[in-house]
Amino acid sequence: MKLKTLTSAIALTLAGGVAQAETGLIVGIQLEPPHLDPTSAAAGAIDQVLYSNVFEGLTRFGPDGSVNPGLAESWEISEDGLTYTFKLRDGVTFHDGTAMDASDVVFSLDRARAEDSANAQKALFGGIESVEAVDPNTVRVTLSAANGSFLFNMAWGDAVIVATESIENIKTDPVGTGAFKFSNWVQGDQIELVRNEDYWGTPASLETATFKFISDPTAAFAAMMAEDVDVFYSYPAPENLPQFEADSRFEVLVGSSEGETILSTNNLMEPFTDVRVRKAVAHAIDRQAIIDGAMFGLGTPIGTHFAPHNPDYVDLTANSQYDPDLARSLLAEAGYADGFTTTLKLPPPSYARRGGEIIASQLRAVGIQTEISNLEWAQWLEQVFRGKDFGLTIVSHTEPFDIGIYARPDYYFQYDNPDFQTLIEDLTAETDPATRSEMIATAQTIISNDYVNGYLFQLAVPTVVKAGVEGIWPDAPTQAIDLTAVSWSK
Amino acid sequence: MSTYRNLVFGGLLSGVFICAALISFLWVPYDIEALNIAERMRTPTAAHPLGTDHFGRDILSMVMIGARTSIAVALVAVGIGMGLGVPLGLAAAANKGSILDELIGRGNDLVFAFPSLLIAILITATFGPSAVNAIIAIGIFNIPVFARLTRGSALSLWKREFIMAARVSGKNSLRISVEHILPNLANLLIVQGTIQFSLAILAEAALSYVGLGAQPPTPSWGRMLADSQTMISLAPHLALAPGLAIVFTVLGLNLLGDGLRDIFDPRLRRGRS
Amino acid sequence: MAHYVLTRLLSLAISLIVASIVIFALIEIIPGDPAAFMLGINAQEDTVAALRSELGLDASPVARYFEWVGGMVTGDFGTSYTYRTPVTEMIGERLWISLPLALIALALSTLIAFPVGILAASRRGSMTDTVIMGFTQLGVAIPNFWFAMLMVLVFAINLRWFSAGGFPGWDEGLVAGLKALTLPAVSLALPQASILARVMRSALVDTLDEDFMRTARAKGLTRGQAIKRHALRNAMIPVLTIIGLQFSFLLAGAIIIENVFFLPGLGRLIFQAISQRDLIVVESVVMLLVFAVIVVNFAVDIAYAIVDPRLRRQA
Repeated sequence: MKLKTLTSAIALTLAGGVAQAETGLIVGIQLEPPHLDPTSAAAGAIDQVLYSNVFEGLTRFGPDGSVNPGLAESWEISEDGLTYTFKLRDGVTFHDGTAMDASDVVFSLDRARAEDSANAQKALFGGIESVEAVDPNTVRVTLSAANGSFLFNMAWGDAVIVATESIENIKTDPVGTGAFKFSNWVQGDQIELVRNEDYWGTPASLETATFKFISDPTAAFAAMMAEDVDVFYSYPAPENLPQFEADSRFEVLVGSSEGETILSTNNLMEPFTDVRVRKAVAHAIDRQAIIDGAMFGLGTPIGTHFAPHNPDYVDLTANSQYDPDLARSLLAEAGYADGFTTTLKLPPPSYARRGGEIIASQLRAVGIQTEISNLEWAQWLEQVFRGKDFGLTIVSHTEPFDIGIYARPDYYFQYDNPDFQTLIEDLTAETDPATRSEMIATAQTIISNDYVNGYLFQLAVPTVVKAGVEGIWPDAPTQAIDLTAVSWSK
Repeated sequence: MSTYRNLVFGGLLSGVFICAALISFLWVPYDIEALNIAERMRTPTAAHPLGTDHFGRDILSMVMIGARTSIAVALVAVGIGMGLGVPLGLAAAANKGSILDELIGRGNDLVFAFPSLLIAILITATFGPSAVNAIIAIGIFNIPVFARLTRGSALSLWKREFIMAARVSGKNSLRISVEHILPNLANLLIVQGTIQFSLAILAEAALSYVGLGAQPPTPSWGRMLADSQTMISLAPHLALAPGLAIVFTVLGLNLLGDGLRDIFDPRLRRGRS
Repeated sequence: MAHYVLTRLLSLAISLIVASIVIFALIEIIPGDPAAFMLGINAQEDTVAALRSELGLDASPVARYFEWVGGMVTGDFGTSYTYRTPVTEMIGERLWISLPLALIALALSTLIAFPVGILAASRRGSMTDTVIMGFTQLGVAIPNFWFAMLMVLVFAINLRWFSAGGFPGWDEGLVAGLKALTLPAVSLALPQASILARVMRSALVDTLDEDFMRTARAKGLTRGQAIKRHALRNAMIPVLTIIGLQFSFLLAGAIIIENVFFLPGLGRLIFQAISQRDLIVVESVVMLLVFAVIVVNFAVDIAYAIVDPRLRRQA
């Protein structure tokens, strides 16, 4: 093992010109970013590497999911909730030395909401009517309708502030304002960041941060055991976690995520058009068996599409208790006493592949036959997400606060309920916290009672950390690995 | 005596797995579609002679039904190779030197030039992972093997006197190919077929290992290996059973092929032990 | 001879053209839109369309085919959709892993197969021969990825002699690089060594029965001397053919082993590119490998024709 430590020390020396191993951190992540522009792709890996480390937004997420001041140190909201006046921090510069001022904010937001914008979350900017620079340190954003989650929206990785000067090469050479500067990208292998010595806020403790891409669970196990990586974020094989827990060299953090893992159901495909059939499916599923079998016990059962760690969560799991007899009688009532056959299309993650085999077996027990096909992400996007050619599928929806997808009848599971759509519209306009909470609870109950999808469990994010590393966020309120406050214990 | 050693040993070894596959149609120790998470990853016991897998399924039952998948895919793939390759080879030999012969020859070269596993992966990625697409992908690469073998051996037969005699009696080349050439190639084809069969089992295992073969819940040896990979340090027996099943089946078929060759072609016997 | 080379060259060209059409067509019908994949699940239709035109995916297939082939002729393999870097560069980087891996595996396989094959042939029919041949039968029957898994279990997880996967990069030093390639190379070499040993043995056995060998023995050479001086050279043609075939197999066929050990080589590049629908990378790498095999075959044909003039007339 000594040899290994030595080699990683050498690796760091080469990477960052640092003499001691304790000033750099190597983080293993599953997926490699396709490019490095968080404002023009939905790929979570881009945010994981860059969000808040390299790029920052007007507001930012804290470790608990709260929305805190970012590049904007304060803001004022007009009475009618339509005008936001952001006061920007003084003396912030981009990594290339150019100043970050109101014109950059106007540029970034206008670029994101433009007609030909490639932003993957255009909806975040949908309600913006105009963005104007009042003076170099003040930006005024006018909305067409009040939006209770506007500050939350501005904290997303898709809303980070980019510079006019460096936008052209952002995909390969990102220039932000964060505590780390982009240094090097070895495609297929790793991305290296170095500390930004001119950071406006508290400087990072780490001198270098390296993200290594290891998607294969076996390789992840090997890399961690060999101490080739210091942290493995979202470790892909839950079955190996007990081994790490038993090993004094490591620590396992199990955090909550925004990933509602659901058995997505095509609400426009026979026989799922009948709510009794969807209810039967819900009662045929034994969530605990899926959590144990697919995730080796990691995960919290959910009864609706909402994160259990959110204060507004309503526990509706009782709505769909495991009850195969009830499921059979519901099927009989709906005219499917002899069951039926449908498709179950599974994307690559092990929660889907393993969970799918377990669900297939549970559904078979009540008479529903499934034809499983294991798809790659590209095929899944094509067939399921865009083509809507599926009966059932399993997927984890990792965007924070995404219950709004149930108000989109063209969304791939095709749930069309005008009442729900009105509710979400009203919710977006509502700014009073108490009323919002109430409405959010109603929304959760509606989709639970309608059995739109089979609600399985909230994905847990296991992070394996080498002893001595401090400040890693255990939870994942957004797809970010914020290293700005991470350090090695002395 | 030693002549038959390969034949007997190979026949027995592959026979065990072929029988296991056949028996699995009628009976397996446990229902593999009923999962039992609480009983997962058990080491071998009297009740589960090979233990249970990560879903608590009986591994012996899985291996038996997996044999069915592997053998069926391999058999049909070789069937496609023979069914298309042999007629092509016969046609090429009967029309030696013609454009047809040249086309078939070049076509064979072309298929051989493609990295087979890679193309098989491309084909299954294109048309979706399934046992049928795995069969097609493996089958395509078997066509030139049989076409070349058939052409080569048929050419030497065409020079033989009994073929000359048949020609003189007015039979056309199609009839000669079918009535005289083909029966004389049977032994050779059986031997090569056995070898290709074993290669196809390996190819099927590789494809299902990367997730492009038969889809769950149908068990296949390759996918059992892939599933066991992250658990190999916890429960090595999960990877042993399907792996050994592949090795023994392929070994058995290879020995059987050698044994058959020894019998059909005594001339070679001298060279072999 | 010139005529023979010319006709072979012509057929080489035709093979390459047909191969490029087949590869392009196959890639063309792969379902899954690269642009949609890159933008992920919440992408909007207009964004996808914008990216499609940026990537040049909205041109007609025929136009794109000619652009691709035209580029390759000039050494330009296009630009990767996902990484936005030239494919030529990516291939170059990956070759630094795949090529050494293939060479080490080939060297290992040859080093094992030669002595073993010679030993078996010289002791034909003995217990040694039977045992060796038994082992080679086993070696041929073991799937290399399973063998790789077992080696990881023993040497990486239990003994911790080697890392179970990944590649530190050649900048870490030759030793670190070779160490990372050891287990993969051994898993690749084992089945190849078994095949090669069998070919070696039977080629030797064939020549041992030739008249010149009997003459050599009659002249008083021991069996070992006779093998060394006469038989080996005659057995080399089939053996070298197999080695040639194995090399191109190893280059392309390491795809699964590279995945087991998580080596960023050519095989892994293709696998990743297929799943990310980075189609330009897939078609270019496949074409390159096919090109390699076709050219090696051509070279072998020409070499044979030089050695054995009879072959020229046959073709």
